[in-house]
Amino acid sequence: MDVTHALAAGMGGIRTAGDLVARMQMTRGMRLKQAKEYVAGKLGCTVRDLSDSYAMEQIRGEKGLGRILDHSNLHPGEPNAMTAKFRIAELLGISINSVERFKEMAGI
Amino acid sequence: METKIPTRMGDGFMVEMTRSELRADIENATSEAARKANVPVLTAGEQEHLLDIYASRTAFSAVDIGDQVVLSCDGGGSKMTGNDLQDLLESEQRLGQDILELWHIEYSYKAIKTILPFQQQLMQNAQLMLTAPIQYGAQPNLAFYSKPDGPAENWFELLPRGDIAGARAALDEAMDYATKDFIHVGEGMLEAGADGMDFDTTGGAGDADFLSTLRAVKHLRAKYPEAGVEVGMAGEFVIGVHGELEWEGRRLAGLWPREQLEVCQDAGVTIFGPAVNIRTGKSCCWNTAYALTLIKPCMDVARIPVHPNVGEGVVGVPVNGYPPEDAASRAARACVDILRCDGL
Repeated sequence: MDVTHALAAGMGGIRTAGDLVARMQMTRGMRLKQAKEYVAGKLGCTVRDLSDSYAMEQIRGEKGLGRILDHSNLHPGEPNAMTAKFRIAELLGISINSVERFKEMAGI
Repeated sequence: METKIPTRMGDGFMVEMTRSELRADIENATSEAARKANVPVLTAGEQEHLLDIYASRTAFSAVDIGDQVVLSCDGGGSKMTGNDLQDLLESEQRLGQDILELWHIEYSYKAIKTILPFQQQLMQNAQLMLTAPIQYGAQPNLAFYSKPDGPAENWFELLPRGDIAGARAALDEAMDYATKDFIHVGEGMLEAGADGMDFDTTGGAGDADFLSTLRAVKHLRAKYPEAGVEVGMAGEFVIGVHGELEWEGRRLAGLWPREQLEVCQDAGVTIFGPAVNIRTGKSCCWNTAYALTLIKPCMDVARIPVHPNVGEGVVGVPVNGYPPEDAASRAARACVDILRCDGL
């Protein structure tokens, strides 16, 4: 069922900009249209690009926002996971809880 | 003679219906929902589009390119590997989920309280390994606070005896315990780095279940203003087990989805998930029309994202351990196309 919904209607998570739009819904309570326009503005792309895995794979790579890792598509030396979230927080202008906890624990 | 089209009943069983029969199901369902909840029926255009989605022989249905929505996945991760971190990684890297959820198979806040440090450690570790937002989810399950499982008297035993005052006193006691647990777990998980909290299947034990959750939501959102708070409902109608409980002057018993949303957004919820339970004896087409009619009024008053529940047995998805993809995809598409919802 998870796969069905992802294919039928889902934005695509970190394959696209689904996680970024989701963050604006979660932390700011933005409606979908507003959240998509906000993220597209920050990325400098169109709203349609946000759920286009071809476009977003390149944009995420350029901006270091974390990408899907696959045997034929590896990116050693590029931000992912926690390091990518530092960049996502800065790009979107939001505070990400785990990033702030990481800074505290690492003494940054 | 009209062509028969394969379609599903609410329990997932495949049947064949004509386009005329499906149209009649939509008309009947939207009329019944409108009458019960005192809301408008779906427009003629909406009914026609819903009919096109269901009167199709395709194995799968999907929204238009660019219309995709955010998926908040309660119970995200399949528990296939027996390892929470692996499940979350699969959900992010393979399933492409937008909002992930860490959860425990004992999916109640009362139970989670006893294993909170283990869940906190998992959350901290998961946050180091994943990029997508991870919320923590469980159910309020107020009934677990009544005897024999909990400390309060059992209101479901007191009510049939006519002891209404005793039942209400028991509910009041249970709500106090419950809200404290929700806050204890919520604070613990947010301190461990969670991006948000999910109160899944809220109102399952009626208006007291709902109120105990709203109190916790208000506390958590005030203390953690950057945290996401999702409330997913248990059903389309809040049952008045107590009957006199209010949220800021509004009685909770008897609320339909639009009023549930208004209460939730006033309390500080950032994502609202309306639920409409499936009728197994009706077609999925009937169930989807019924659900959309009840949920559609939410879209006009929402200040926060609305993610209709499309899990097993709600909003047009058959109540079946393996909801058929033809039915589940039609339900998802219908929600997006007709409601213009913010997520699922």
